[in-house]
Amino acid sequence: MRAVVSVIGKDMVGILAKVSGVCCEYNVNVIDVTQTVLQDVFAMTMLVDINGCTVEFSEFSAKMNELGESIGLSIRVMHEDIFNSMHRI
Amino acid sequence: MLNISDILETINMIQEENLDIRTVTMGISLLSCCDENIDIACNKVYDKIAKRAEKLVSECEKIENEYGIPIINKRISVTPISMVASPCKGGNIVKFAHALQKAADTTGVNFIGGYSALVHKGFSGSDIELIESIPEALATTQNVCSSVNIGSTKSGINMDAVAKMGKIIKQCSEYTADKNCIGAAKLVVFCNAPEDNPFMAGAFHGVGEPECEINVGVSGPGVVRAAIEKIGKDESIGVLADTIKRTAFKITRMGQLVGTEASKRLGVPFGIVDLSLAPTPAVGDSVARILESMGVGTCGGTGTTAALAMLNDAVKKGGVMASSRVGGLSGAFIPVSEDEGMIAAARCGALSLEKLEAMTAVCSVGLDMIVVPGDTSAEVISGLIADEAAIGMVNSKTTAVRLIPAIGCNVGDTLEFGGLLGSGPVMPISNVDPGIFIKRGGQIPAPLQSLKN
Repeated sequence: MRAVVSVIGKDMVGILAKVSGVCCEYNVNVIDVTQTVLQDVFAMTMLVDINGCTVEFSEFSAKMNELGESIGLSIRVMHEDIFNSMHRI
Repeated sequence: MLNISDILETINMIQEENLDIRTVTMGISLLSCCDENIDIACNKVYDKIAKRAEKLVSECEKIENEYGIPIINKRISVTPISMVASPCKGGNIVKFAHALQKAADTTGVNFIGGYSALVHKGFSGSDIELIESIPEALATTQNVCSSVNIGSTKSGINMDAVAKMGKIIKQCSEYTADKNCIGAAKLVVFCNAPEDNPFMAGAFHGVGEPECEINVGVSGPGVVRAAIEKIGKDESIGVLADTIKRTAFKITRMGQLVGTEASKRLGVPFGIVDLSLAPTPAVGDSVARILESMGVGTCGGTGTTAALAMLNDAVKKGGVMASSRVGGLSGAFIPVSEDEGMIAAARCGALSLEKLEAMTAVCSVGLDMIVVPGDTSAEVISGLIADEAAIGMVNSKTTAVRLIPAIGCNVGDTLEFGGLLGSGPVMPISNVDPGIFIKRGGQIPAPLQSLKN
């Protein structure tokens, strides 16, 4: 199963490193990364493969939320299909 | 690969514009629970629901977690209890309501619907017994919802049932006068009731439905309003309609995805997606505000009915392509107490009961969650039910009445229900007595448009 990690908030040094650090910690493979900075707002989406994830999806998602809270960003992990079904026919 | 702006759009819809799945409703047939002994039948009802819906709430929570989309309510609809109770010899039919409540408690669902009777062409079996027990059933349970279908395009309107329901609605309020008359908010009177509706209070599992199925109701008025506001004031109505269609498509895809996933995980066939725009009392999640953002001024003013007709049509056109199976009520809901914009419009006098009645000719349901003075007579309520049913019967659409007589309150007061049911300002209603018309009883014959064969 593939999921999308989305990160939105104020730009700062080390966001990508910290998010991919958590992925690495739980054996989650990063497939693709896209990011933009609009004025001061940083937006990044990361497509990840969670088939090899060493913990339950909910725990991985909670860890990402925790990381987000600790650095003042909104980080969410959502199943890829929610975006595919809304934007692809 | 997904586009970053698409991803951000979806996240924004969920976080900022209140996009959610309103309900995943499991429909369960209780026809196999019939028994001559009411206690045995009630036990069978409880056992069957508790077994079938055992994992409904937990699986839906997992889906919420994985997909990141809130599923606000998990519900159950069952075969109309008047049919299940029909073979019972003796015993208080309210026992079934208590069995349903117990099953709701065990499974952890928010509502369970189906304490219902279908009497559009007359009463059979235990229909009258069930209808007369509704006030007690709703006063002694929390999560049980009730509905009665009193008319249809095919059969006309059962005026004996209309007369009865006026009294029953009043009694529901009286029995729960100390709890903001909540009983009446859990009862809906239908014309052309759909058999696969996932929305409460009118959900029941029709006899033509399979043994068990998953129906999904989406929400999303906030998303539609935001989309309309973005296109500005100078664009034509055609642009508005196209924007609504596109937005409805996206909202409905969420319903289709969640329904398919829930059905797979629960091992139950997927029934339908109900395309409805269902408002909540939260600011920004209002159907009235959509109409206002189209430019009608305040909801209830002239132009409102036309705007609602366009909205309702565009929601269907956008939604129908997004889902493999569409059903239920599908359209725009206009409940008053559950919609922040409707509440404001009713409170300032811009939105009247008469205007709401006109709007129900073009929306997906009917006069919904409307609070009227507590001294409104049962005959006046019956008259309103008959009017609303006539609109549904003639236009071959579902119409419904969910009226709450606010015991001890007058125009200007407010009833606070809390949660999704919101709060309702007491609205003025005509007090001209239609008593003679209502007391005649009998059947309003089916209209010519019923003869399609």
